[in-house]
Amino acid sequence: MLPGRLACPGGGSLMLKRTGISALATEAVKEGTRRDFLYVATGAVAAVGVAGAAWPLINQMNPDASVLALATIEFDLSGIAEGESVTIRWRGLPVFVRHRTAQEIEEARAVPMADLKDPATDEERTKPGHEQWLIMLANCTHLGCVPVGESGEFGGWFCPCHGSQFDTAGRIRKGPAPTNLVLPPYEFVSDTMVQIG
Amino acid sequence: MAEHSTYTPSSGLEKWVDERLPIVRFAKEHLMDFPTPKNLNYWWTFGAILALMLVIQIITGIVLAMHYTPNAALAFDSVEHIRRDVNGGRIIQGVHAVGASMFFVAVYIHMFRGLYYGSYKAPREILWMLGCLIFVLMVATAFFGYVLPWGQMSFWAATVITNILGAVPVVGEPILQLLRGGFAVDNPTLNRFFSLHYLLPFVIAAVVVLHIWALHVPGNNNPIGVEVKSSRDTVPFHPYYTMKDLFVVVLFLIPFAWFVFFAPDLLGHPDNYIPANSQVTPAHIVPEWYFLPFYAILRAIDFNILFIDSRLGGVIFFGASIVILFFLPWLDRSPVRSGAFRPMFRPFYWLFVINFIGLAYLGAAPAEGIYVLLAKICTAYYFAYFLIILPLLSRIETPKPLPVSISESVLGKAHA
Repeated sequence: MLPGRLACPGGGSLMLKRTGISALATEAVKEGTRRDFLYVATGAVAAVGVAGAAWPLINQMNPDASVLALATIEFDLSGIAEGESVTIRWRGLPVFVRHRTAQEIEEARAVPMADLKDPATDEERTKPGHEQWLIMLANCTHLGCVPVGESGEFGGWFCPCHGSQFDTAGRIRKGPAPTNLVLPPYEFVSDTMVQIG
Repeated sequence: MAEHSTYTPSSGLEKWVDERLPIVRFAKEHLMDFPTPKNLNYWWTFGAILALMLVIQIITGIVLAMHYTPNAALAFDSVEHIRRDVNGGRIIQGVHAVGASMFFVAVYIHMFRGLYYGSYKAPREILWMLGCLIFVLMVATAFFGYVLPWGQMSFWAATVITNILGAVPVVGEPILQLLRGGFAVDNPTLNRFFSLHYLLPFVIAAVVVLHIWALHVPGNNNPIGVEVKSSRDTVPFHPYYTMKDLFVVVLFLIPFAWFVFFAPDLLGHPDNYIPANSQVTPAHIVPEWYFLPFYAILRAIDFNILFIDSRLGGVIFFGASIVILFFLPWLDRSPVRSGAFRPMFRPFYWLFVINFIGLAYLGAAPAEGIYVLLAKICTAYYFAYFLIILPLLSRIETPKPLPVSISESVLGKAHA
């Protein structure tokens, strides 16, 4: 490129202009000038503006109103006989509702705390007066697969994906899952009606 | 690097264009006359194959998007609609699905070639790192694409893989909800994965441009790893390598076409023909074959490491297995590039290749018994290769004498 073509409106070549600016800048570096302040202030306002504009574009990915609207459900337990379990949907997640047998409850209570990776008593995992009902999220705490019921070495659940095993209280006993199956927030509205969420 | 360049605008119009936008000159210098080492072997043809695969995937993908519906209620049926009703849809969908596998076949060969011939060493570190970035983008694109048919494998792959992010302490759960757009993988997840699956190939194309730019600054590495010293060491890219690449492309398309025409589902899983069901996980879930080695590493960590639980530990090793590739130029300090002149390096390299294939096998095996132990051993070797063996070899190995030049190695001393 020819310097002559880049002649500036004020006259003189670009080369000369550059020299002039750098000479001025050398003096300005010693102490902050008004120009430096304006430069930093403009940059800061621009950064805030960009962040402010970016946030809605990111936040639109968060769960929307229609997803959040499904946060609470009521479920009638009367149709589940002892020894049966069903999987229901809450917030798009599968939830196990198991009507445990007396033997299963006994097995769960007999486990010493020292044997547990994530210690929790059977009482802590159920509601008082409703010990036969075990209600928990059906996603394995490892990577989210749905474990198979009434299987595994501990008579509870066995996750086919990576081999985690849970006992009759849904507690992790063996395998890569770090914690027990998660209990959703729920309460008994009546003896046969439960509200989840 | 312009010694082969012969571009002289012949007509007045060409001259006029050349002074304003020298695009023809650029294409001639970089796509035709580019001086290329004359000793490149067939392992060097996979770059061209990969460029072709990217083009095939983008073209078939754009066409498929004209018929596909990214909605949880309709997606599964729309893919079946493509395969049964759309004109030629059976073949187009097959090319795209098999194409993903062929793309990974080519990229693995391309990467292992770089590992053997030391193509990541100075002055090609940025070239190598851009390649690693392309690989990461390919993994993400393939994952998003696999979710789109919304079968059982799609759904559970999405669940398991997004859950990997949930393992990050504190911010994991909010990020997980942000990514899925809900508390579980559902319609919002499918919709955004489609959007990202359409976006990423163009990002890949942009990084490929940088990759080729970074290649054309130092020029190609070559099988003896000795830099080009004079124009006697090189030949112009066209016609020598355009023809060689074209020949291999034809060979590569033969198995590709066989899969598309005769076994389009051979590389997939039958479970993906069951529509997605969030209530039931298939009995044996495995990722696509090209993710198996990394999946095996993820599963191999089933024990707590100090305060890090097994789930986070698996995720850290899984991430590290890819991130470590970016640091390879600074882990292998041996001044000799080519494995052909490194007698101690070679057995460890081939063991690494076998180990990688072993990891793929173990990734598909059930997580029980002897497989669990073998996966741990293979994971340990994967990391030891990068962190212990390569740094150590660069200190203790005595390489064989290198040829003086590419010309000498090809023609013998008399012509050097």
